[in-house]
Amino acid sequence: MIEKPGIGRPLAHVVLVLGVLVVAFPIYYTFIASTQSLTTILRPPLPLTPGDQIAANYGEALFGGIGRIGGVAVTTLLFNTLVMALGIALGKIFISILSAFAVVFFRFPLRMVFFWLIFVTLMLPVEVRILPTYKVMVDLGMIDTYAGLILPLIASATATLLFRQFFMTIPSELVEAARIDGAGPLRFLRDILLPLSKTNIAALFVILFIYGWTQYLWPLLVTNDNQMNTIVIALKKMVSFADADTPWHMVMVTSILAILPPVLVVVLMQRWFVRGLVESEK
Amino acid sequence: MAKIELKDVRKVYHGGVEAVKGVSLSVEDGAFVVLVGPSGCGKSTLLRMVAGLESISSGTIAIGDRVVNELEPAERDIAMVFQNYALYPHMTVRKNLEYGLKNRKMASGEIARRVDEAAKMLEIGALLDRRPGQLSGGQRQRVAMGRALVREPAAFLFDEPLSNLDAKLRVQMRAEIRRLQRRLKTTSLYVTHDQLEAMTLADTLVVLNAGRIEQAGSPMEVYERPASLFVATFIGSPAMNLLPLGAGGIAGLTAPDGLLSGAGPAKTLGIRPEHMRLADGEAPRPGEMRFDLTVTGVEVVGAESFVYGTLPEGGPEVAVRVAGYSHVEPGTRLAAAADPAYLHRFDRETGRRI
Amino acid sequence: MQKAVFPNRVLPYLLLAPQVAITIVFFYWPASQALYQSMLKEDPFGLKSKFVGLQNFTQVLGNPDYLNSVRVTVVFSVSTAVLAMALALFLATAAEKVVRGKGFYRTMLIWPYAVAPAVAGLLFLFMFNPSMGTFAYLLRDAGYRWNPLLDGDQAMLLVVVAAAWKQISYNFLFFVAALQSVPRSLIEAAAIDGASSTKRFWTIVFPLIAPTTFFLLVVNTVYAFFDTFGIIDAVTGGGPAQATQTLVYKVYNDGFVNLDLGGSAAQSVILMAIVIALTAIQFRYVEKRVHYA
Repeated sequence: MIEKPGIGRPLAHVVLVLGVLVVAFPIYYTFIASTQSLTTILRPPLPLTPGDQIAANYGEALFGGIGRIGGVAVTTLLFNTLVMALGIALGKIFISILSAFAVVFFRFPLRMVFFWLIFVTLMLPVEVRILPTYKVMVDLGMIDTYAGLILPLIASATATLLFRQFFMTIPSELVEAARIDGAGPLRFLRDILLPLSKTNIAALFVILFIYGWTQYLWPLLVTNDNQMNTIVIALKKMVSFADADTPWHMVMVTSILAILPPVLVVVLMQRWFVRGLVESEK
Repeated sequence: MAKIELKDVRKVYHGGVEAVKGVSLSVEDGAFVVLVGPSGCGKSTLLRMVAGLESISSGTIAIGDRVVNELEPAERDIAMVFQNYALYPHMTVRKNLEYGLKNRKMASGEIARRVDEAAKMLEIGALLDRRPGQLSGGQRQRVAMGRALVREPAAFLFDEPLSNLDAKLRVQMRAEIRRLQRRLKTTSLYVTHDQLEAMTLADTLVVLNAGRIEQAGSPMEVYERPASLFVATFIGSPAMNLLPLGAGGIAGLTAPDGLLSGAGPAKTLGIRPEHMRLADGEAPRPGEMRFDLTVTGVEVVGAESFVYGTLPEGGPEVAVRVAGYSHVEPGTRLAAAADPAYLHRFDRETGRRI
Repeated sequence: MQKAVFPNRVLPYLLLAPQVAITIVFFYWPASQALYQSMLKEDPFGLKSKFVGLQNFTQVLGNPDYLNSVRVTVVFSVSTAVLAMALALFLATAAEKVVRGKGFYRTMLIWPYAVAPAVAGLLFLFMFNPSMGTFAYLLRDAGYRWNPLLDGDQAMLLVVVAAAWKQISYNFLFFVAALQSVPRSLIEAAAIDGASSTKRFWTIVFPLIAPTTFFLLVVNTVYAFFDTFGIIDAVTGGGPAQATQTLVYKVYNDGFVNLDLGGSAAQSVILMAIVIALTAIQFRYVEKRVHYA
């Protein structure tokens, strides 16, 4: 080792602990606030330990009448968000695998034309074309539908490109062996390619699930009906309705509920997530 | 069990590159035929066309009595062993062996019987529940063989199956492949660039060059009577000595009367190193050719040595095989001799044997 | 050798169909609409529109509000990227040094990645809200005039901190991976040459992870451009007095609040051009990386 047995390593631990405190503090603080009564919250500074309202606040948010946001139950909002996040993650993985499979394992007229057609969409997020996309949604009658929440966000090439990269590393002989073994393209996809892509799929699932869960601008535009809101949108609406009497304790409870599922997905699937993130580079 | 019949087979790639330029070949039922040639000679392409992995530009390929040109690889009743084995990395050895049979909807009892039999034959029974990643190179090779074996196909196709093994294992597997093929009597087509492998395995050796067959015959036939300059240099190590024959003979080479003269096209003479001997200090024997060499180097292999030298007027190096250890200093002038019976003559223009 | 392929003729088109269909309907159609719309001008009642060529563009680019928005975006993006990357690199170098607890620290540091930008904005608003935020209270107690709802610079500071906080996780993971790929032998050689730990970092490690740093710079910029809409909307709503109105926020505001369709479309087109330029830059980097790898 180069490092002298001295202050180097303990110092690093100190830095990291401080870093963790800074990074995790906003979330911890939100949790603290979610366990206090509104009156405690409105009289800063807030204590640093959980309050006694935890059961009351969470009970009210999940089952109580006042916990309903804009007339919608939290469970409905969570369900909407889950549908959107799963729809985006699974939908994108599905269409990306198919198109990457076509581009890598077949030769056909206009192959590169199609590839570029998809590739161009690589980094153009929906944010740059919100207004025209919104008009398209209106024309198609997709406002306030799950399809309207999901489909426009699937139109991107990142996942396709990732799968293409991976498929290109599959040795040719594996394809040939499968053909000799009597596997057609779809059987090859199911029996060989998908099992080999497991890690990539898991990583991409985490990344896309987070992406879908945390969307804001698009669901804001494409949902008019409160029943179709995602939890993030509803949360924002709770604050902006009337600043003076924002029920901050309920906002904090809802925030925790909005943060928890994606945090769980990231932490529990950390291994794949990290590998996928760093390997795919976005 | 089947015969493989190639009739004027050609392969033209997009862009007009012709990889196989009209090959006709008949592989008898149960024969072991080795396609050998330098890289890019079209041997792998030819094998892959038989397998159905490459389309056939023109000509026909028949396996058994069926023309298979338009058939999918799986419908051709062949099995193939790849250079990098191409085992399915996420499946156990057993699953790897079963996969092709399951795709054919074979009864599970029959599948189990065949897998067990192949495992026994190849001594891979203990490995059946492992994955390819947990196996050594030699073990993977056996599994790849096993996957071909369980199919009980009309023909085995081997695409340089031993190239990824180290030298010792290669020799061992070579013997094993030969033993298995003798036992099963399955028609086999085997591609390699290694002439030693080709010589030791083949019933029939087919030497390919630039998309054409240079010569086909038993290994000894090809070795003893190479049909062309290409075959002469490709088969045998070190390569056959070649000497271009000028109008006034060859400087430094004395030969019996009439041996070097004679009408006809310009010739190149060939003689293998083992048909030459060092004859320094000996009186010339009647009827022998004598070479006046200046030693350029010595290669000691162990059981034998090769002395390299040049004739007085330069030209290509000549190798002479010497039994045991030779310690001639470079720069020494010495005499070598050879029996004209072992002399090969080639037409320098066409490269064909005369 | 050529990649082995399946000979099917129709199947590949069927496989491509879903993605191509979605891309055409939800990408090419709107994008072309944006291009078309950006050259039209609608009357105030939205009844008629006429072709005005590049007039929308000249108007947008000549508008002081737009130029202000460009300035805001640049300040916001650069500050966010630099802050998020510097903190992440600092933490990553510390993580590189520790032996035990690496996994624990990583787990604790990746949380913010999973937090929606709009929620992140809300949390920071809650902590720094002048009326009841604990930190606002502490700042005022310390005699600092803290009111991001009125002071544009303070508002900017708040959104930058919130945006950077969310991005630390992502940068941290990449920097850790980059630091791990620096060959141990190089650092040891430098140590034998007598370079101090700090000097080793700046002369050996930092240049070697430059490709990652550059990649993250592009990614963070794109993030600050687009993904931070939720933060800004939640914390400041673009205010006070447009002090935090970024380009994306303005596209939204002009299109959906002020209903200036042509102007909003022209802004969209300009944004697309910027993103395409950033993509091109990133691809040059990717190319480089392939060369050196």
